Amino acid sequence: MVENKPWATVLAHLFLILGVAMVAFPIYVAFIASTHPAGSFVSGTMPLLPGGEFWNNYSTVITEGRSRAGTPPIGLMLWNSLLMALAITFGKLAVSLLSAFAIVYFRFPFRMLFFWLIFMTLMLPVEVRIVPTFQVVADLGMLNSFAGLSIPLIASATATFLFRQFFMTVPEEMLEAARVDGAGPFKFFKDILLPLSITNIAALFVIMFIYGWNQYLWPLLITTDQSYYTIVMGIQRMVTAGDSEPLWHLVMATVILAALPPTLVILFMQRLFVKGLTETEK
Amino acid sequence: MATIQLKQLAKTYAGDVHAVKGIDLDIQDGEFIVLVGPSGCGKSTLLRMIAGLEAISSGELHISQKLVNQLEPSERDIAMVFQNYALYPHMTVYNNLAYGLKNRGYNKAEIETRVQQTAKMLEIDAFLARKPKALSGGQRQRVAMGRALVREPSAFLLDEPLSNLDAKLRVQMRVEIKQLQKRLKTTTLYVTHDQLEALTLADRLVVMNQGLVEQVGSPMEVYDRPASLFVAQFIGSPAMNLLPLAALTEHSLWQSHLPDDTDIIGVRPDELLLEQPEQPHIRLACRCSLFEPAGAESHLYLSLNSNGQSICMRVDSDCQVREGDLVTLYVPVSEVHPFNQATGRRTDQA
Repeated sequence: MVENKPWATVLAHLFLILGVAMVAFPIYVAFIASTHPAGSFVSGTMPLLPGGEFWNNYSTVITEGRSRAGTPPIGLMLWNSLLMALAITFGKLAVSLLSAFAIVYFRFPFRMLFFWLIFMTLMLPVEVRIVPTFQVVADLGMLNSFAGLSIPLIASATATFLFRQFFMTVPEEMLEAARVDGAGPFKFFKDILLPLSITNIAALFVIMFIYGWNQYLWPLLITTDQSYYTIVMGIQRMVTAGDSEPLWHLVMATVILAALPPTLVILFMQRLFVKGLTETEK
Repeated sequence: MATIQLKQLAKTYAGDVHAVKGIDLDIQDGEFIVLVGPSGCGKSTLLRMIAGLEAISSGELHISQKLVNQLEPSERDIAMVFQNYALYPHMTVYNNLAYGLKNRGYNKAEIETRVQQTAKMLEIDAFLARKPKALSGGQRQRVAMGRALVREPSAFLLDEPLSNLDAKLRVQMRVEIKQLQKRLKTTTLYVTHDQLEALTLADRLVVMNQGLVEQVGSPMEVYDRPASLFVAQFIGSPAMNLLPLAALTEHSLWQSHLPDDTDIIGVRPDELLLEQPEQPHIRLACRCSLFEPAGAESHLYLSLNSNGQSICMRVDSDCQVREGDLVTLYVPVSEVHPFNQATGRRTDQA
């Protein structure tokens, strides 16, 4: 369908530009705010042009933090977030690939029961089971640890289900050809199935990484030790820390830095990500 | 090289579905066997049982005198070519060929020589670095063949390997497969539903129907002396004409030439004559309903005056009979295939 009406083109672009502006403007404001000195926002008017404090603000956040108010330098928090997000991502991928492999390719008793059990946990987000999960994690002594931060979030019905759907589209002859070629179940998984699902894995990697990075409630609950704070909860602590007025310029610098890693992940994996979501050809 | 013995081999699926109902077959070393039959007759299931992809419900399967019922496909020393080729899409042609060798622990140098040799033989050596996606249908077919050949197995199993190719390529690959098998002398089992492929390729033909073997024999035996009504109709194109005796007038004149329990006769379209022969013959009065030119030959479709039954006849392309003409056809009694309708079997079995 090709329409060639000038006003329609203009209208369409107008809408698109408006949409982009609505998404981009808050980010712009955050960036601008992070380049101004401390007092600039208390006056009530928001500056819309960059100020001169860029280096100052960012080096403060990274090296000093607001130690007096109880938030450490954000370098450690960024590192914690990265570790947690990666642990959750790789954990989820490993668990869901293997469970989908088992459900699709092996005949064992109660196979469908297990599938439905996994499937049903789709309906239970972290928040619903957060109190019992906290109890379990506390009893296991995993409060204030990376294990406690990541393991409870690893089980993933969504990823298992997606991989199951993908494995079912792989022609059965592929397995049979591999069997004739002398590949056992694990070799088949490693040599055939994994390379075939690489685009799906990439797509899920992006989604899972962002999911892990953005965890807020769970880390807030189970960490009391500063050395396990993650960046997302760190932002919150910066805003509410102490009695004084929040130091918005530093908060905004932290926000920009916190948004950077997920953005980079998307940028680098964009091509595979789109392929994984759209490609059907095998 | 291998002999393959099937002893009462049967496959039963859940729900009492008998896909293969007890088949006995002795395959000699180096033989080219074609399993042929309509879809759903159990020929693919039988092949997959021999390959080890389908469990054997009952009976025994011996490959090279060894009972292999419980062995994995890779332990049976067979190679299989699948209908949709089942090439590994993420591997190059080279790796597709090499994968089976790698899994069997061959060293790099040996894999290299074998793959190069096979690729040269199949003329795919120019594409070794490509992925299957970048190949045409015929090239993919060759790679699939190559994957089977490279291992030098003792038997090849091919499951309708040509059915995804266009007509011209199919004929070409058919010839190549035949030549290849003659050269390598590897025992080969080939499944097809195409009777022409079956006739041209086979040393021996196994015609199957509803999980049972209807007839085993060389292509010409099966064509010249079909053992049952089913085989008679399935092998040969255009199909054999089947005429119930009751529909034929004056059959008393020549019926004494046929076995007593004959009640239906088969006549190949190319055994019908327009001129009266000297030997004892049958006469059929017909009206021509369609003239169908087919290049080197033509087909006449006629309807029998006595009961309107349709008859197909092969004639030269310069035949002058046209739609609407009244024609008398003759069949030498010696060319008639006598059958019994109730048993479905041939009545003059030696």
